[in-house]
Amino acid sequence: MKSDHKLLLLFAAGLVIFPWVITNPYYISVLVFVGIHSLLAMGLTLLLGFAGQISLCQAAFFGIGAYTSGILTTKFGVNPWFAIVIAIGFTGTISVILGIPALKLRGHYLAMATLGFGEIVNIILREWVNITGGPSGLTGIPRLNFAGITLDTEVKYYFFIWVIVLGVMVFLLNLVRSRVGRALQALNRTEQAAEVMGIPVSQYKIKTFALSSVLSSLAGSLYAHFITVISPESYSIVFSLVILAMVIVGGMTSLWGSILGAFVMTIVPEYLRVFEDWDVIIYGVILLSILMFIPKGLVYGLQRLFRGTLKLFQVN
Amino acid sequence: MSFFFQTNRLTKHFGGITAVSDLSFEAGIGEIKGIIGPNGAGKTTFFHLISGIYPPTRGKIFFAGKDITGLKPFKICSLGICRTFQNVQLFDNLTALENVMVGRHSRSWSGFLKCGLGVPNAQREEEKIREKALEQLTLVGLEMRCQELGVNLPFGEQRLLELARALASEPKLLLLDEPISGLNETESHRLASVIRKIQEKGITILLVEHHMDFVMNICDEIIVLNYGEKIAEGTPDMIQNDPRVVEAYLGKEIEESAHVGS
Repeated sequence: MKSDHKLLLLFAAGLVIFPWVITNPYYISVLVFVGIHSLLAMGLTLLLGFAGQISLCQAAFFGIGAYTSGILTTKFGVNPWFAIVIAIGFTGTISVILGIPALKLRGHYLAMATLGFGEIVNIILREWVNITGGPSGLTGIPRLNFAGITLDTEVKYYFFIWVIVLGVMVFLLNLVRSRVGRALQALNRTEQAAEVMGIPVSQYKIKTFALSSVLSSLAGSLYAHFITVISPESYSIVFSLVILAMVIVGGMTSLWGSILGAFVMTIVPEYLRVFEDWDVIIYGVILLSILMFIPKGLVYGLQRLFRGTLKLFQVN
Repeated sequence: MSFFFQTNRLTKHFGGITAVSDLSFEAGIGEIKGIIGPNGAGKTTFFHLISGIYPPTRGKIFFAGKDITGLKPFKICSLGICRTFQNVQLFDNLTALENVMVGRHSRSWSGFLKCGLGVPNAQREEEKIREKALEQLTLVGLEMRCQELGVNLPFGEQRLLELARALASEPKLLLLDEPISGLNETESHRLASVIRKIQEKGITILLVEHHMDFVMNICDEIIVLNYGEKIAEGTPDMIQNDPRVVEAYLGKEIEESAHVGS
């Protein structure tokens, strides 16, 4: 645990320094997106890497969060912070209603169920034009105002989002090192033995699913209040797969891996823009190479590389 | 008369197959009762019924005065019944110590929120979990292995580890499913002495085993199952001389006794 704290402090220091060194607001906004993606990836890492439950509808919960915040603030004039709380409650409830039957399924069947749910959400966002604005989406989503400061610049949002990400990180690091975390890892392997040892397997799976979907919803709300314009294409199976890729590339069983994955999968495409039509191919080649040579994820690849130094931090 | 542990006409059908039929069985506090029978006799199914993995088709199970029929496994664990598995179901992503710490789950209470926030209560509870788990590991003699991945241990030590994990849940009734199967002579003796230590603590033990010598030596009483039914019940002496038992094994028992030394 101590080593995680050291790494957290180091990381926080790096985050604080970054905007002084790289002042270009575009790059800072990329880091805002990395932060938002980190929330999504961390939730999925907890669900998939620790509890072993596959979910392909993270983007759907992301969308429910974004749209609930967007609709409540633009159409009903609800206070944005209050709207975020409502969005979280709403998403949590939906995820429990979905989770109770769905989590009785395993492996591919669970993946299909979540896939189906994701599609339903995407269709609703596209078709319910009166509420969601249809394919054109919502515009004019208000900025957040925190203690009198309006979060209307990239730098302000950058610090705001990363404080939240680090807070969630501390929470999840505590969680996975605790009896709950061990219980999740146990039920990941053999549900039968886990339940016989006193772990309420169904309850824990549903709670983990709810927690991960709530994180996605929070990410969605924060995204909406940053870019102020949202539309349905962002919330589809494609994005769920991107989040999955972040988790796997970073290191599925590591929370630090989810942040690393979010960094890599958000920043690399930015660099590849230069290559125009080749960017997708190169992106695919990079992904393939990582998965072929470092299948456990970048975090473990780095661990192998810097075994000595990383002993200080004992990542994971 | 009510016993500490009792099943009443316990029956389990799987479609057309009757795995356990009309099984009535009792055990008193601190007894070690053996359950033997040919392969497929329903012994492991019996354990699955008691631990709540399968709900019985008919019949009842009583423990410490409570009707536990049909309760979910985690509830049964918290009531004080735990078990080991025939094929050793360790958690292969956890260290030996962590495996045993999972055994403490039913004796601890911090939930998602408290654990995530890292409140002092949860931290203190975690310390206690670690302490108690280490105690159990030491009891079975595995304390030097605590940081190793459970599944990297030699098979004999894996069986001991699984036992430590079950003990960590502070069971009053322990179900051991073929605990010495796959072990050599030394490992069997090591495990037998641990089982005796457990009995001295007053824990009731139900033991399924194929090694006749082991069973006859360690058990107070034995029941014999064949095709899901109880065909004999009594002290080791009575069972060894029961013609029905010998017939059920058709000479297998005689062979096994000849192989296993005292």
